Amino acid sequence: MAMTSTELRSRSWWRSNQQWLTPWLFLTPGLIMFALYVVWPIFESFRISFYNWDGLGEKRWLGWGNYVELFGDRAFKTSLRNNVIWLLLYMLAVPIGLGLAIFLNQTVRGIRIYKSLFFFPFVISQVVVGLMFSWFYAPNFGLLYNLIEWVTGKGIAILADPTLATYGIIAAGLWPQIAYCMILYLTGLNNVATDQIEAARLDGAKGLKMLWFVILPQLRPATFIAVVVTVIGALRSFDLVSIMTNGGPFGSSRVLSYYMYEQALSEYGYRMGYGAAIAVVLFLIMMVFISGFIWKMMRDERGDR
Amino acid sequence: MMQLTKSAPLALAIALLATTSAMAQQRTLNYYADYDPIPLAAMEALIADFEAENPDIDVVLQNFDHEGYKTAIRNFLTTDAPDVANWYAGNRMAPFVNSGQFMDVSDVWADNGLADSLGSALASMTIDGKQWGVPYTYYQWGIYYNKDVYAQVGAEVPTTYDEFVANCALFKAAGIDCLTTGTSALWPGAGIFDYMNLRTNGYDFHMALTNGEVEWTSQGVRDTFAQWARLVEPGYITANHAAIDWQDAAALMVQGKAANYVMGNFAVGVLKEGGMTDDTLGFMPFPTINPDVPRAEEAPTDTMHIPSGATNVEDAKTFLAFVARADVQTKLNAAIGQLPMNAGSSVGDDPFIQAGFELLSTTPGGIAQFFDRDAPAEMAKIGMEGFQEFMVIPGNLDDILARLEQARQRIYQ
Repeated sequence: MAMTSTELRSRSWWRSNQQWLTPWLFLTPGLIMFALYVVWPIFESFRISFYNWDGLGEKRWLGWGNYVELFGDRAFKTSLRNNVIWLLLYMLAVPIGLGLAIFLNQTVRGIRIYKSLFFFPFVISQVVVGLMFSWFYAPNFGLLYNLIEWVTGKGIAILADPTLATYGIIAAGLWPQIAYCMILYLTGLNNVATDQIEAARLDGAKGLKMLWFVILPQLRPATFIAVVVTVIGALRSFDLVSIMTNGGPFGSSRVLSYYMYEQALSEYGYRMGYGAAIAVVLFLIMMVFISGFIWKMMRDERGDR
Repeated sequence: MMQLTKSAPLALAIALLATTSAMAQQRTLNYYADYDPIPLAAMEALIADFEAENPDIDVVLQNFDHEGYKTAIRNFLTTDAPDVANWYAGNRMAPFVNSGQFMDVSDVWADNGLADSLGSALASMTIDGKQWGVPYTYYQWGIYYNKDVYAQVGAEVPTTYDEFVANCALFKAAGIDCLTTGTSALWPGAGIFDYMNLRTNGYDFHMALTNGEVEWTSQGVRDTFAQWARLVEPGYITANHAAIDWQDAAALMVQGKAANYVMGNFAVGVLKEGGMTDDTLGFMPFPTINPDVPRAEEAPTDTMHIPSGATNVEDAKTFLAFVARADVQTKLNAAIGQLPMNAGSSVGDDPFIQAGFELLSTTPGGIAQFFDRDAPAEMAKIGMEGFQEFMVIPGNLDDILARLEQARQRIYQ
């Protein structure tokens, strides 16, 4: 009899608590992963950034030393400036993607093929994109180099020029990013309410006015996602820099993520603490954007429902 | 066909059983390395010879990608250390020695009399009075040149730097790059700097500079850059070198678009694959700048080490002693086209190896490793960026030197 009563009690405990318990049970595996692979490394980076450490031997406490050094470090300033240039120019992907999406949003024979051709750059790996563009820019045999040489008489090796290298890499990055924004807008355009367009047309709206007042407001979710992925893509622009220039010539195309890698992990980098300090700065910059996005998302959810 | 597919797994299983039972009597020696294909084949032959002499040791070679190895080594030394690992001599091994990741192998040196047979490498293998590894090969640096192009413009092979610069005017007039390089990976530029510096100020100055004892803003360094500027300012060095790899620059020389190339002897393989032969490819020592400075050369040494985390230390020491032996180094280096470190070894027949041996064995001034092996890693990186910047924008020299001096004061404190 005692057995059944405990059984009964446990069953009723589950029954009365399962409402709030179940979601947590489902969340647990993800939360553990998130804590282990995201949250813990973030705090570990904060901790290491206060030390002088070569990654192998003894750690030596520095306090704010690494951050003080960052402020006087020209390479850090170059990286930071390049990150800003990346952010600004990468934003071009959003309007260009929208333009392409509107251009491709029509029913012509074979439009699916054109759409997939435009989407193609997003499918290839960033490494391949980087290699293709570095050959495109390459002195002596590059297509663009030879074209410029043919037109102006003197070729420009974009990746060898400290003032142009960053722009050259951004152009390479924009190619897949535009495709990504385009696909986001294409799916958005599928959901644009036709009755509103009809109504607007009856009221005499067309061209840019139609786009600005009728289409774009309905594309707001797509615009939001496009901006988010573009901002994040710009801030984590590591692979293209690594493939195309290694941060060169003489460090002029570095970005924060690459500089962090160079200082902490690369062939000549034995400064874990300094690299961690760069990582912390990059994290704080990203945090500004991420909290902005989260704040907007929460506000929208509350407003809608 | 049917029977074959059926019996194949069976045969495999038997083969596996056979090898595991054979291995049970053997001790395994794990060896991590970073060989390109040609040296890999030579090293596999060396390992086969070693196993023939030591049937109870099974050497398991794990070969890494050459560039990837340089970052992977830090991970495996601390987590999953092999018994033997490849690395480089000089200051390049200092981070691992100072953090206790490499084992002291002074006893291997003492027991085998290596201080005599490998005497020329003793200094670069010694930190704190102990030896931390064994060198197995080295190679000379110098100027490789295209004989056809020299004939085309009527230039004589120079012995002094003044003659070299005068030749450059001839090459420039013919639309040929006098000196080519590809500094995308930075280090080829350090080779040019080292030679300018060794010829202007000599070996002792080079060592003092890479040890942080000389100011980068000193007159000696300025003299070096002044000589270098004689090539940079008139545009005698390949434009856009910052965007190309050293192999791309080698292609320019093969195509006759460039005349001279300051490089290590490993470039010969690439140049010959491109179509150059002993008749069209020449080698000369870097020409004299200051005749009062004794001639010094660069010859980077590749080495093997025992990590502190090694499990099979006894056999690892046996292996290092084997690799240090004269006959072993003769065979290995003949196969990879480089120079044996052991004084008792003989040198291969290849004219470029012979020239390198002649060059290095008669060097009165001293033999340097290389800028990025003599200087600590951080100084090497920032220095090589400065060299690249100088070759692109020579007007920035004052700024570059001030920056390097600032870095020197921080790094060597």
